[in-house]
Amino acid sequence: MTVDTGQRQPTRVSGGEGETGHLEELRTDPIGLMNRVRTECGDVGVFRLVDRDVVLLSGAEANELFFRSPEEVLDQAEAYPFMTPVFGEGVVFDASPERRREMLHNQALRDKFMRGHAATIAAEVEEMVAAWDDEGEIDLLDWFAELTIYTSSACLIGPRFRRELDNRFGRLYHDLEKGTDAIAYVDPYADIESFHKRDAARVGLVELVQGIMDRRAEEPPPADDDRDLLDVLMSIKNPDGTDRFVADEVTGMFISMMFAGHHTTSGTAAWTLIELLRNDGEMALVDDELAELYAGGVEVSYQALREMPHVEAAIKEALRLHPPLILLLRVAKEDLECEGYTISAGQMVGASPSVSNRIPEDFPEPDAFRPARYLEPREEDRSNPWTWIPFGAGRHRCVGQAFAMMQLKAIFSVLLLDWEFELTQPADSYRNDHSKMVVQLAQPCVVRYRRRAVARSHQGAAG
Amino acid sequence: MRVVVDTDLCQGHGVCEAEAPGVFAVGRDHLVEVLNPSPSDDLRSAVEAAVRFCPTHALSIEDD
Repeated sequence: MTVDTGQRQPTRVSGGEGETGHLEELRTDPIGLMNRVRTECGDVGVFRLVDRDVVLLSGAEANELFFRSPEEVLDQAEAYPFMTPVFGEGVVFDASPERRREMLHNQALRDKFMRGHAATIAAEVEEMVAAWDDEGEIDLLDWFAELTIYTSSACLIGPRFRRELDNRFGRLYHDLEKGTDAIAYVDPYADIESFHKRDAARVGLVELVQGIMDRRAEEPPPADDDRDLLDVLMSIKNPDGTDRFVADEVTGMFISMMFAGHHTTSGTAAWTLIELLRNDGEMALVDDELAELYAGGVEVSYQALREMPHVEAAIKEALRLHPPLILLLRVAKEDLECEGYTISAGQMVGASPSVSNRIPEDFPEPDAFRPARYLEPREEDRSNPWTWIPFGAGRHRCVGQAFAMMQLKAIFSVLLLDWEFELTQPADSYRNDHSKMVVQLAQPCVVRYRRRAVARSHQGAAG
Repeated sequence: MRVVVDTDLCQGHGVCEAEAPGVFAVGRDHLVEVLNPSPSDDLRSAVEAAVRFCPTHALSIEDD
């Protein structure tokens, strides 16, 4: 790369005069902060996180540089200090691209396992709605968070492990997710309540896993087809015959495996439902599509892996407007150049799905819920590969995207065929809580459900 | 037509291999290998499906 002598340092955004720079604003209104960076500084601008600059990139050209850069240039490993106490020391936040490809191939995310996962997910939703009356209310955060604990544990660890969980696991897991305050950039073990609850929750999860391991150690081994990842980990021994993995390590592995797919899927399911309930016309398109697809008694496990243009477009649009990850971070390991600006080694570099997903030149009516933008011929996700980035892009692109889309299609197939929903709060009162790095719906976020007069699932099926 | 792979983007999901088996294979390093970089026109719809359904948008077709 030629060094242009006209290179400049990127401009710093207004505000953040205090000792910790823009940390307080990042903890209260991160999207406002990041939008201001783009408004004041353009595609490349800086905000201050305690003692470090974060060079925030947006727009196709700058994002492409961000997503194409290899690990040696933009490193992810040290960019997320708030995750270390959640996973435990020694459990990496993110694997190298090589390791990710290996995981994709060797583990549960492979294409050939998807149909089985779809059946598992449909059964989990059925089990949760079986506890419903003919009508009632649910809190979307609580309900989808519990559901996705069961689906992700069943699909990624195994149904045998899932059967040993109840809502205690989900509640503890939620405290872990809430323990991701950006204060971790000052001190990941700062003396604040959410960090104490985080650490207590991790201890609680280890106790639950230890209990399951103790029970299994006493029981006869399971049938081969019922063995899960925990059985496999427990069977690995050191040369002296002791267990290779103690409960603390096993728990750390499970937490990290489930983390990427939990709050992300849970939040997207909730936001898709909220947006459909705010937009009657779009809900009608989705309803009609599902009714038609399932009219012949097709199984959810079959259909969830096939095209559902309106359902998929609604999910994609919920993801664009409410991306579960609002700021992706790296650390620059060497100097690099972006649109005439210098990014210096040691600076943090960020890309924001919240900002780029709403660039008006790429997404007309950027703040409106318009699923039609994904239908042919517009296909605004495909035509903007560097700014339609709810799953990231490039080397670190979410490897669970296909799994996530299938899961969401399966969830809505079960929910919308037999149930109707309505908002119980003012439509604009549903919003995200941005006080933690892991974004969650702010409570209350209640909707009302009602069983349809005529169930539409399994119509025409023999049973 | 010529098949082009952006190796920065490929994660080895293997969808292309399923759509157009003679044209793509996902090898031991879990990266796509183009077995037939200039497929004949009767393979066009299969290759177009591979391009379309690639989860990372790593494939494209260039016409000669």
